[in-house]
Amino acid sequence: MYHVDVIINLKKGIADPEGVNTKKALGMLGFKVKDVSSAKIFRITLGVKNKKDAEKKVGEMCRKLLANPVIHDYKIMVK
Amino acid sequence: MGENGMKNSDIKICILRIEGTNCEDEMYYSFERLGAKPELVHLKQLIKRKNLFDYHCLMIPGGFSTGDYVRAGAIFAALIKSRLVKEIKKFVEEGYPVGGVCNGFQVLVELGLLPGFDRKMNVEAVLTINDSNRFECRPTLLKHENNGNSVFTKKIKKGKILMLPSAHAEGKFLFPKNREKKYLKRLIDNDQIVFRYVNEKGECAGYPWNPNGSFYNIAGICNPEGNVFGMMPHPERVFYRWQHPDWTRTNLKNLDGDGKVVFESVLEYIRKRF
Repeated sequence: MYHVDVIINLKKGIADPEGVNTKKALGMLGFKVKDVSSAKIFRITLGVKNKKDAEKKVGEMCRKLLANPVIHDYKIMVK
Repeated sequence: MGENGMKNSDIKICILRIEGTNCEDEMYYSFERLGAKPELVHLKQLIKRKNLFDYHCLMIPGGFSTGDYVRAGAIFAALIKSRLVKEIKKFVEEGYPVGGVCNGFQVLVELGLLPGFDRKMNVEAVLTINDSNRFECRPTLLKHENNGNSVFTKKIKKGKILMLPSAHAEGKFLFPKNREKKYLKRLIDNDQIVFRYVNEKGECAGYPWNPNGSFYNIAGICNPEGNVFGMMPHPERVFYRWQHPDWTRTNLKNLDGDGKVVFESVLEYIRKRF
């Protein structure tokens, strides 16, 4: 069994209003923040035989549902 | 009446719903008031018991299907893709109209049916989080920019401005950054741009006229063939004039609501074509 973390983040140059607003709020709380960007993590448990299969399957999931290729990059981390 | 003598009462509309869709009732009544035969069909019914080809038109309503998890419309689109992709592709190829409003537009984009440049249902665009990072709910002014390709707006004159309510958190239409110019040219060349957000003077303007920061102020587009159409604002919410926020302040009381013509247009297309 493998646990896989997938981070879905916005591509460079794509507006990230959630990040911008969070930065603003942190600034108002007195934190000096240079940049904030938002991302999403999906933690997926798979019953596959090896690490390679886990990576392949999750890659397919990203292409079919988890990420939109127009605005998202994704990073797969198998534990 | 078309060549075959088809009447509105012969036209069956499939309004597709799953958990979290809304405004499907308004859509249902919009078609019913015009004499057509709409039906609220759950996705599971369409997969297991019903046949898409029993209907003349497929409509995907607004809402927050499956809680907008992952991305707005993404799970609804994935469910359709997994079980109905062949039927929908054939339905579109045969010229039957498919319309999506709000969340329905997001579903059609996630499905790859819009903008539909390559006809292979690849995802070519996205409707992403509003620039304001919040739910934008207000009447918006839309300029009709189509030259007659879109079957859902054929009865609207080019340049006419409609007031339709917007209510969404993820309505910012975007192309991939490196293909923006190329894709925009294609949209224009194919006559795929239907509605753009404008100000009172009919000029494209920024926030709040454009509620989400949409690229090229795009509010609604159709596919190259014109029979698949999606828009963010809700035409079904302004079927009657008294549903307009300025109803009591204007002298337009005897007119129809601005959204009605969208439903009339698609029914006319079906009557003529089938």
